[in-house]
Amino acid sequence: MNKEYRFQHKHILEMGQFSAEDMLYVLSIARSFKEISARPIKKVPTLRGKTIINFFFEPSTRTRLSFEIAAKRMSADTFNISASTSSSQKGETLIDTARNLEAMNPDIIILRHPSSGSPLLLSQHVNAAIINAGDGTHEHPSQGLLDLMTVMEHKGRIEGLTIAIIGDIAHSRVAHSDIIGFTRLGAQVRVTGPATFIPPCIESLGAKVCSSVTEAVTGADVVMALRIQQERQHDPLIPSLREYARFYGVNRKLLALAKKDVLIMHPGPINRGVEMNPDVADGTGSVILDQVANGVAVRMALLYLVMGGEKGGDAN
Amino acid sequence: MNEITILQNGRIIDPVNKVDGRGDLWLRDGVIVAPESVVPEGARRFDLLGKWVVPGLIDMHVHLREPGEEYKETITSGALAAAAGGFTAVACMPNTKPVNDTAAVTRFILEQAAHVSARVYPVGAISKGSSGTGLAEYGELKAAGVVALSDDGQPVVDSQLMRRAMEYAASHGLLVISHSEEISLSRNGVMNEGQVSTRLGLRGIPVAAESIMVYRELALAELTGHHVHIAHVSTAAATGLIRQAKKRGVLVTAETTPHYFTLTEEAVEGYNTNAKMNPPLRTEEDRQAIRSGLQDGTFDAIATDHAPHSVLEKQVEFDRAANGIIGLETSLPLTLALVREGVITEARLVELMSSAPARILGVAGGSLAIGDVADITVIDPDREFLFTEDLIASLSKNSPFLGWQLQGKAVLTLLGGRITYNDLQG
Repeated sequence: MNKEYRFQHKHILEMGQFSAEDMLYVLSIARSFKEISARPIKKVPTLRGKTIINFFFEPSTRTRLSFEIAAKRMSADTFNISASTSSSQKGETLIDTARNLEAMNPDIIILRHPSSGSPLLLSQHVNAAIINAGDGTHEHPSQGLLDLMTVMEHKGRIEGLTIAIIGDIAHSRVAHSDIIGFTRLGAQVRVTGPATFIPPCIESLGAKVCSSVTEAVTGADVVMALRIQQERQHDPLIPSLREYARFYGVNRKLLALAKKDVLIMHPGPINRGVEMNPDVADGTGSVILDQVANGVAVRMALLYLVMGGEKGGDAN
Repeated sequence: MNEITILQNGRIIDPVNKVDGRGDLWLRDGVIVAPESVVPEGARRFDLLGKWVVPGLIDMHVHLREPGEEYKETITSGALAAAAGGFTAVACMPNTKPVNDTAAVTRFILEQAAHVSARVYPVGAISKGSSGTGLAEYGELKAAGVVALSDDGQPVVDSQLMRRAMEYAASHGLLVISHSEEISLSRNGVMNEGQVSTRLGLRGIPVAAESIMVYRELALAELTGHHVHIAHVSTAAATGLIRQAKKRGVLVTAETTPHYFTLTEEAVEGYNTNAKMNPPLRTEEDRQAIRSGLQDGTFDAIATDHAPHSVLEKQVEFDRAANGIIGLETSLPLTLALVREGVITEARLVELMSSAPARILGVAGGSLAIGDVADITVIDPDREFLFTEDLIASLSKNSPFLGWQLQGKAVLTLLGGRITYNDLQG
């Protein structure tokens, strides 16, 4: 790492904002924080006195919990607002709600929202640092970073690896963040799924589109399956989960085509037996729970960095 | 009243009468008159050396929001914006609240428009409530003063209804204007489908959503033998279809807008809601095709699709933001850029922005012959200005061109000989 390097980002809005050097720096901080979660007293005073609001407009269990645990392990005070308890139900706009929160002087607002670009909009109207915890079908940068961290942990590198992502690429913010992250760090990302799941011009993000699952998986170092959403009204993407499972589900037979030491990943929650068979999710090579564990470390790093962490040096 | 105005030394550009040269134009009592040998006492004179004198610009596609959404625009404020942009007449789309589908609404609009700074020509709805079912009462609408019919903002989904609309409208001497959109392809889409929509995670509207419906309208015009006008064309594909249809003699006219020949989908970058409209901004290839279409006559008119929205509709998440941008005050400068770039001639600009809209709608104007109405726009092709919010006469400020340095503008607008806008002093 270049000694002159400084992390310059006030907000975490998308993987697209990061250079390779930024990503590697976040991962290095996350690695240094990971051990805190293994201590008997899982708490450091780094963000004591900081106020963090988890502002979630969509249902989320693991991402919200992960951010909350990360914040609490850094001794920040956290508050959760979900769509059902927020004023959005009463017709208040996102900006008005945010300005009201702003009046209470939070340091960080973590936003999960169904509209792509809403974290950017929020960042233009409040002083708090904004962290995107998933916006529409745009990005989920902390997930992208934890996926990088997980692969790095097991493979020791990202450069030169082949990553196969299978599923609804068009509607997956995780896929978008992963494609950008892995590609910028020198991996080749292959995406596949029925054509209804492949967005136009996805190659422009650096991904290679494979016409079959076998083509995508052959020789892959990492195979990631995405959660299949239920069918959308007015937009028939697949005829049934059953047919999807048969032609696109990740199973042991398919994985025989990948590298011997292939890593199995999934952003969760898994539809077992649909996009991934249970024996794959729970079997050798599965790093799905490592992803969850690394999620806490990456989010600790992001909270620390947007609070100007580089000025104080490492917390431990 | 016998009031005489003399526009002296301007370059008079009047393609209908094959005039392009320096001269004087005399106006008396609201009409153009023959010059006399002696300048009468009390005549108002303007020295317009270096400026262009053209028939008043006509925007055949605007949304004035009254009745129903007066906080966005009123007929009065929209007419002020028109005058400031060099327009002497506008045709206002019927998607007000209530929809202009009855003579009573048409009469209300015309009453409100009686003393404003532009002529306002109401466009009536094709279907009752623009709901896509049942014909509105075209005979009554026409008698009340509508000049054309459209369900603009909503496509006419039912092809049989569109066919009957074209036929029945023709019987009442009315033009049908098509908002061409295959809604099953565009539903929930918020920008052009392509590279930028994928990167921003926004749902796309494919080119085919426009071209499929344009093709249907052309087929129906061919079937019925009646004239159809295609509104706000945004794609190379639709441009090509219209060009071919014209070649085989289909009765079709078409308009495009300054934003389609000036901007591309890249303008949406940063989730800019002032670059959100329907149809959406397309690619550079489409932009070039639109410019070619303006050059070769595929397009008959430039309209603005002036669509005022307040910050309430625009300062929100991109996918929740309203479609549309204002255009009356930037249309002329953006079209003048086409002239400077050699895409169209000065005479063609006048055709696209005045003579052709007058002819298509069957309204006064578009010509500077003796006896014609004295609706006149004086253009300073060299005047440079920074387009900022405080310049905007429209009640709404939703323009993607804010902060642009523009060249060329209307400096004097005359409506029936009366000055509705004067910026000669700068």
